[in-house]
Amino acid sequence: MLPTEFADLEPFAERWSLATEAERWEQRMSTPMDDMQAFYDASLPRIEEALAYCDKFPLDDLPDDAVHLLRLVYSFVLVSFPIELWRQPYPPDTKGTSFDRYVEPLP
Amino acid sequence: MARYPKPVEGSWTEHYPGLGTEPISYEDSISPDFYELEREAIFKRAWLKVGRVEQIPRTGSFFTKDISAAKTSLIMVRDGDDVRAFHNVCRHRGNKLVWQDYPQVEISGTTRQFTCKYHGWRFGLDGACTFAQQEGEFFDLDRADYGLVPVHCEVFAGFIFVNLAKEPTQSLREFLGPMILGMEGYPFHEMTDRYAFRVECRANWKVFSDAFMEFYHAPVVHLGNYYPPTLRPTINQMGYEAPHYQLDGPHGLVTTAGGLHREWEMPPENVKASDLATRSGLFGPWDQPDLGELPPGINPGKINPWGLSSFQFFPNFAILVWQAGWYNTHQFWPTSHNTVVFEGDVYSLPAKTASERVGREVAAATFKEYSLQDANTLEATQLGLEAGVVDRFPLNDQEVLVRNFHKVVGDWVADHQRSRMKG
Repeated sequence: MLPTEFADLEPFAERWSLATEAERWEQRMSTPMDDMQAFYDASLPRIEEALAYCDKFPLDDLPDDAVHLLRLVYSFVLVSFPIELWRQPYPPDTKGTSFDRYVEPLP
Repeated sequence: MARYPKPVEGSWTEHYPGLGTEPISYEDSISPDFYELEREAIFKRAWLKVGRVEQIPRTGSFFTKDISAAKTSLIMVRDGDDVRAFHNVCRHRGNKLVWQDYPQVEISGTTRQFTCKYHGWRFGLDGACTFAQQEGEFFDLDRADYGLVPVHCEVFAGFIFVNLAKEPTQSLREFLGPMILGMEGYPFHEMTDRYAFRVECRANWKVFSDAFMEFYHAPVVHLGNYYPPTLRPTINQMGYEAPHYQLDGPHGLVTTAGGLHREWEMPPENVKASDLATRSGLFGPWDQPDLGELPPGINPGKINPWGLSSFQFFPNFAILVWQAGWYNTHQFWPTSHNTVVFEGDVYSLPAKTASERVGREVAAATFKEYSLQDANTLEATQLGLEAGVVDRFPLNDQEVLVRNFHKVVGDWVADHQRSRMKG
């Protein structure tokens, strides 16, 4: 799914390269913290290179593999909160509510 | 000891005579009867923001907006340069005119005319009835008498407002007043990258709005979001103070001081690794767009360094303009005395690169994490208020906008009741 330069992230692509925030949020809520940590640890050192790779193309005309990589970066952003701040998928004391994103720029 | 100077009266609260300093009642937020009064006195009299002009870019573009508090649905439609609003009700037998699949769900689209799904009556973009099915079967029917019911509709800075009164007592600009009008000239129309969120919560609409009028709660509710964790006790102990509050008519403003957003100047160990990697954070992307000179009304307290200005539009809308060159909005639509639909939108200039897009994603994702904490806490607040065991709640000077908001709501309800008695 990903550009060959990012073969090391390929094992995470199927689970985390998701098109919408709704899908990524669902994945975050249903993934054990250890698995999320593994994804975070593998991605963190590659984020700057991933963005540099995607930036070589016009945003509205990204090749498919770059789109997949960009979606993986979005997932990295989403898992960074539980990993860096709370050690749990939800922000503390928020299990009773939701806040659904229904409009977002694509890709 | 105050970190920032207060007005000569000694506090922001006392700077505005009539607000008082005594504890307030929250009966206005738990009473079904009071909500019934608010529906008439506020939601059918105040100017309400319903959308942005970018949602209806060309002739025939429309969106519907259901306003439960006013028990109505509206159609906003573009016709050339005009933005028009109508009640979303067929003039034949009252069917909700524009909907798709689900009558209770709002929709948008583009059309040449509106056709009723029940008996096929048609209405033009100007609301005129253009076709009545089997017109000859009716009795003395003059279609000119059966246009859509218009709603007063005006635009400010690209935000579409409606007023459900037969004759509003003020124009939109008179209602907004000089403090809000001071935002005019900010490039809202260029900020078309939009992230929109929505949830229905079990809290009164004012209880919900309250939390977005003060940052006093931030070092408590959002403490777990501060980084690094070792700084949290200090943050909590420092509490929160705003350098500037302002009231203008029913509307309010709070400004925060800047500086915290300058993560790139901080020791890297005090910055989240994800912020370093994406060059973005709570306050938005580090690499800021050049918006040119902003209108002075964006920062009327002339706070330097400036962080953000939160403009609270009475009754249920807010715009937060951030130093980093983007803005977000909050809106609170009551659906009963103890339920509310919370809408949050994040807007910025269109991203030109993937890096820029990711920077915006960080800000939008952060907005959601914070909003979840607010929303869940406010359901707890509603439960506590409805216990009914406490009827006087102290508000401090950092909660001056909350105090003003409940006072204005009370004043509007009382004013409406007086005018009804006279009428």
